[in-house]
Amino acid sequence: MSGRSIRGKVAVAGIGETTYYKHGKSPNAEFALALQAILRACEDAGIKPQEVDGLASYSNDRSDPSRIAAALGMPDLRFSNMQWGGGGGGVAAAVANGSAAIAAGYADCVVVFRALAQGQFRRFGQGAPDPTVSGDAAYMAPYGVMSPAQKYGMRATRFMHDYGVKNDTLRAIAMASYQHAQSNPRAVMHGRPLDGETYDNSRWIVEPINRLFDCCQENDGAAALLLVSAERAKDLRQKPAYVLGAAQGSDHRCGAPVMNATNFASSSFATVAPRLYETAGVSPNDIDVVQSYENFTTGVLMAVVEHGFCAPEEANEFFTLENLSAPTGRMPLNTSGGNLAECYMHGLGLQLEAVRQIRGQSCNQIPNAKLAMNIAGPMVTPVSSLIMGSEETL
Amino acid sequence: MMSESYLPAGMPAPVPSGDGLDLAYWQGTRRGELLVQRCGGCGTWQWGPEWLCHRCQSFNMQWQQIAGNGLIYSWERPWHPVHLALADMGPYTVVLVELPEAGNIRMIGNLLGPADQEVVIGAAVEAVFEPHDDADTPYTLVQWRAR
Repeated sequence: MSGRSIRGKVAVAGIGETTYYKHGKSPNAEFALALQAILRACEDAGIKPQEVDGLASYSNDRSDPSRIAAALGMPDLRFSNMQWGGGGGGVAAAVANGSAAIAAGYADCVVVFRALAQGQFRRFGQGAPDPTVSGDAAYMAPYGVMSPAQKYGMRATRFMHDYGVKNDTLRAIAMASYQHAQSNPRAVMHGRPLDGETYDNSRWIVEPINRLFDCCQENDGAAALLLVSAERAKDLRQKPAYVLGAAQGSDHRCGAPVMNATNFASSSFATVAPRLYETAGVSPNDIDVVQSYENFTTGVLMAVVEHGFCAPEEANEFFTLENLSAPTGRMPLNTSGGNLAECYMHGLGLQLEAVRQIRGQSCNQIPNAKLAMNIAGPMVTPVSSLIMGSEETL
Repeated sequence: MMSESYLPAGMPAPVPSGDGLDLAYWQGTRRGELLVQRCGGCGTWQWGPEWLCHRCQSFNMQWQQIAGNGLIYSWERPWHPVHLALADMGPYTVVLVELPEAGNIRMIGNLLGPADQEVVIGAAVEAVFEPHDDADTPYTLVQWRAR
């Protein structure tokens, strides 16, 4: 293992989230939600908020780090970091950036957070109301390509065409999330199970790949996780979840305009996933549980394939509800309910769930889970992914 | 003059970017000419508009007219409207068209014809100009139909 790897140097010591709401239902302002989540992560770790000296986020989070530092009474803000671009593709990178800051000595205690009140600001799923568009949007919006579902749909159509992947794979991914949410009281869709008939009869959002239940929710809420050095984590109250490896980026001309990426039928992880495994020193067979960001079930399909859990030609056999279900499935997936059924906290909720699995605290616990995969928002650029492990994996 | 368009009135109208990068494209469509970029250094075709050749990093990007004969590379049919102008529209078809005549660059447009038509990846299509003469700043979209 290279001395430049992050492996085992940093751990998640605390996690926190607000109540998760449907969009527009939060009684609190977005910034107040951010503070609540951060304070809960500190409490979970047993660390005073004034000990936090770094803040990291992604997707242009609106909660300004200096305003947070002032609100928390932080005496010395030593690190503030925003992962550039990529929306939800940046969630694992934000954790990685915070971890790198600790490994490099820039900060000792970094909180990674995301606060999102889509009801208080523009919803991701709506087109912008601007009467004119220029740049890349000029080649998409006039044709009715405006929302994420519309911008990423054709990647998946082509991928499924190339490999003969059936929509049953997407159905299994959606049903796994809803199934897991039924035992998670935090989940917005707790108490609202999804049966196969309801999925099959649900309306198209974008044919031929996204039915209603293939699409993430839009929510209000906030989540946070607290990072410290591995040495420090051992003395805190929670079982540490170590960062074993992380990678971000995208492959050749991924951001070429107007859907001209070289490797178009892709979730953008073709070069990122191999780097992740190399830095973590593990392989897909070692992973006990996978949290893979659902913007759309198509993104999960492609991202899981690109992380090597199955070949694209094997997808129809691999993506079954049985294989994806905790605790006994071949690759338990999104065990909190994920973005589809727990909450669309822009993927940070999935990172928290990975920590719970390593601790043994999940509502859908995988017995003796030691290694958890976190895959951030697929199909955008840059994307990111991260592997967490228990102490015995170091 | 009223012009017939595939999508309803009130859709976002394209305007050339303020830095002049794609002015030639939008001026070309008004004349019924489909212009795309080709590197004056290495000959590589490139789309969408960019200042630099992605292959050889030459800034000498040229505009070249093409016939507009392509193949459907991928497609989608949005049903859920995300813009007010589409609220009563129902489903519409979007295609990503690969252009073998121009180094397999890809362009986005609507596939003209019934909304429930079967779309086949690999099927041959041709460019059709759709003028929006009544817009505040008139513009012309490039659409696609089976050939």
